[in-house]
Amino acid sequence: MNRDELRKVLLDCLSHIAPETDVAALRPEERLRDQVDLDSVDWMNFLVGVHAALGIDIPDADAARLRTLDQLIDYCASRLR
Amino acid sequence: MIEFRLPSLGADMDKGTLLEWRVQPGDNVKKGDVVAVIDTTKAAIDVECWHDGRVEALLIEPGDEVPVGTVMAVLREAGETAEQLRARIDALRAVPTVPTSRVTPVAGVPRRVAVSPAARKRAAELGIDPAELTGTGTDGAITLADVEAAATKVHAPGRAEVMRQTIAAAMSRSKREIPHYYLAEDVPLAAATAFLAEHNSTRSVTERLLLAPLLLQAVARALQRYPDFNGFFRDGAFIRGIGIHVGVAITLRNGGLVAPALRDVPNKDLDTLNRELLDLVQRARAGSLKASELSDATITVTSLGEQGVRSVFPIIYPPQVAIVGFGRVLEQPWVIDGVVRPVPLVTASLGADHRTSDGHRGGLFLAAVRELLQRPQQLAQASP
Repeated sequence: MNRDELRKVLLDCLSHIAPETDVAALRPEERLRDQVDLDSVDWMNFLVGVHAALGIDIPDADAARLRTLDQLIDYCASRLR
Repeated sequence: MIEFRLPSLGADMDKGTLLEWRVQPGDNVKKGDVVAVIDTTKAAIDVECWHDGRVEALLIEPGDEVPVGTVMAVLREAGETAEQLRARIDALRAVPTVPTSRVTPVAGVPRRVAVSPAARKRAAELGIDPAELTGTGTDGAITLADVEAAATKVHAPGRAEVMRQTIAAAMSRSKREIPHYYLAEDVPLAAATAFLAEHNSTRSVTERLLLAPLLLQAVARALQRYPDFNGFFRDGAFIRGIGIHVGVAITLRNGGLVAPALRDVPNKDLDTLNRELLDLVQRARAGSLKASELSDATITVTSLGEQGVRSVFPIIYPPQVAIVGFGRVLEQPWVIDGVVRPVPLVTASLGADHRTSDGHRGGLFLAAVRELLQRPQQLAQASP
């Protein structure tokens, strides 16, 4: 799966949690939670969605470091490699 | 015979609009089945029926806006015949339900307007009263085109605006009628966060626990000891809640707030509560809550800590008598056995109704919340 495909999957997961978000307008290098109003429940639902879509189980310690869309894409790419 | 009535989905609701019937005459309905979808000022809500029966007659149509308590359908119970129900159904049909959205006073006489279903649906979306329009269809019926044309002329309040008015009405009533008192207590969370960290370190993301359900469970268990904070103030008296159903205040991203309930919280283990909370928040924000979830809460919990505030002075959601707030979890210096240590703390606050309790009692209740959170393993188990 290339970066564009990963990006699409991650944004689909995000759309599911925050349907009113214009995911196309998100700036990939900025903190996601500053751009989308996500609380801890949304974030967990997002991680569960990523797990279901990609089969990647992101540990708590790693999840805390992933703040931007770019970081998420990099992380998932490295886990899938 | 079962008369299926429009339920009140909260103190701030006095009417609702039928969007859709999920059943047809002749269908068999089981307890808990979704029968209708109702549009309130807050969201489209699935309304369940709490009896088994067979749908005998549907008395209102999609698009009708009717007051709370209106009989919307009649169901036949086991052992009854259609004939036994006919008189009652005829009587209900004979009294027009006077859908509030279809009627406008003209020279003191209600005018009934023919509105096409598509036009009615669109008018409801736009917040337009079809009765105020001039129809161009057959016999003056209002068509979709009439509604669209009107929409370009009038300012229709959007859902966010209507929801703001709804919240304003409920909170005005609360501040007008309820003599609030407020208490706050710092709660050390070292044991709770250590418990969660250990639990989550070995769990898949699908089984990880959040802090929120632990806080909700602490409130619910404290209510078992202090039931005078669990229930309603109605007609001048306190009515104790049957079961402990904790309303969870959920902010909607496009503005507004809902507080659906997690039912029978003390009887659930933490995994169950966590799963139900995740589901509830997602459905609340997607606009697919059930009627029972919106009308059941016997107390409300609000966690504004996520937005970064340290403490909350919460306003009671009437007719409830108490609301608990949690602020942000912060590492703070805390003295333990004469030594200052950094400890994660959360400020728990209580807004309570002085007509039903006093500050002393409220203090004991908050202290119980604090004590329960020092023993997270016990909170994780379902109440015996």
